[in-house]
Amino acid sequence: MADGSALSASLDLLAYSPPGWGANLLRGLGNTVLIALGAYGVGLFLGTLGAFGKLYGGPLTRDLLGLYTTLVRAVPELVLILILYFAVTDLVNQALLAMGYERIQISGVAAGIMVLGVVQGAYATEVLRGAIQSVPAGQIEAGRAMGMSPLLVARRVMLPLMLPAAIPGMANLWMIVTKDTALLAVVGFNELVQESRQAAGTTKAFFTFFMAAGVLFLCMSLVSNQIFARIEAWANKGTKRGGI
Amino acid sequence: MFDDKTAKAQRPIAIKAEGLRKSFGSHEVLKGVSLTAREGDVVAIIGGSGSGKSTMLRCINFLETPSGGQIEIGGEAVAMNATGAPTDRRQLERLRQSLGMVFQSFNLWTHMTVLENLIEVPVHVLKTPRAQAVETARALLARVGLAEKEAAYPAFLSGGQQQRAAIARALAIGPKAMLFDEPTSALDPELVGEVLAVIRALADEGRTMILVTHEMKFAREVADHVIYLHNGVIEEEGPPSAVFGAPQSARLKQFLSSVG
Repeated sequence: MADGSALSASLDLLAYSPPGWGANLLRGLGNTVLIALGAYGVGLFLGTLGAFGKLYGGPLTRDLLGLYTTLVRAVPELVLILILYFAVTDLVNQALLAMGYERIQISGVAAGIMVLGVVQGAYATEVLRGAIQSVPAGQIEAGRAMGMSPLLVARRVMLPLMLPAAIPGMANLWMIVTKDTALLAVVGFNELVQESRQAAGTTKAFFTFFMAAGVLFLCMSLVSNQIFARIEAWANKGTKRGGI
Repeated sequence: MFDDKTAKAQRPIAIKAEGLRKSFGSHEVLKGVSLTAREGDVVAIIGGSGSGKSTMLRCINFLETPSGGQIEIGGEAVAMNATGAPTDRRQLERLRQSLGMVFQSFNLWTHMTVLENLIEVPVHVLKTPRAQAVETARALLARVGLAEKEAAYPAFLSGGQQQRAAIARALAIGPKAMLFDEPTSALDPELVGEVLAVIRALADEGRTMILVTHEMKFAREVADHVIYLHNGVIEEEGPPSAVFGAPQSARLKQFLSSVG
């Protein structure tokens, strides 16, 4: 009976409407998903440019990209977030003030997407560079030999053929970015972990709320796994691995 | 045969290469080789491994950038600078669209079905309406005996089927000439015949072709002109009856006896 009442007390705390904290947790989850999606998109974009730049760019482009991926991958994400969030905001504002504009407040979501996107971009550059190199040279030549433009070869031949090699690494990066959103708690952004911590601090029900946050992260990763499995099967079409 | 020869001089030049040079680092693979293919000609390039025969073919459509020389396709010189690099990408792409290339390792796009392989360039580069491209592609697949395989992915075809599909893909762009780079070298012996039969049919219908091959008997039967390359130099060339029947140079004699 004691167990039963403890469980029901926990469930009351997690109820959607006050005095339950469910709505707060879901709002945090929503923010986490939003930032993760945004940062992943930015990372994919930067990574695609970075990978092609590293493989086909001039010496200067390659050096700059090398600097980017080395620095970003070497420095802990937490430090990068603090640097990019506080230092960059400060720099932007000083520049704005110098030019006679008003100080601006950068939104947590935008800053989170930007910061994590830059981090993701560095890792994605390396994942995609490896994937591009895995495309059989002969299939690229076949396109060039029949008069396809470099852009068309990239879009119609290289991109689909690099996917099978890119997806496992890119799925990993997605898992990492969903969890990296938790680091944004240090800049006071209300993502899932921050919301859970507030709820736990107020109610002293630490176990309940951190377990709930953990379960939500787990659910997110289970759903993601399903989605990536489907993408992978689709990307492997035409190979004996993916079936027809 | 003689009528053919008299008419030959009047036929326009489809592909002309002059003084082609190519170096990889300090190693000179082609030391100034020339070739002329008039419309309807079948030119076979033979030679030992490392003789530069594939490089010569690949320089014609700039898959290898020549280090020097001149290329004309359909009477139009490919714009290139002093180091041999093409200077007009759009011109090169346009000229490449008139050359169907067949590779040793097929190089079909593995993420596309056979039919998708055939309509890719017509639809996305030549802007042929899809329905029309599909119709042409199906006719070509029927010609190479692959009508039933249009929905198959390349990984599920035999080597011979893949190479026939690759030939159909090259034909699908409506090329003025075909380039074959050792089209049977990667095939199991029992699959060589089906591919050669397709190439022979193309030669018989009067297609312009440049063929790099190890199949001496086949070259002798289908070629109008045979070029023997050795160490990046044309050692000997002429009609197949002369090159195979009465070889002059010691190297060619030795080469022909070694390949049987």
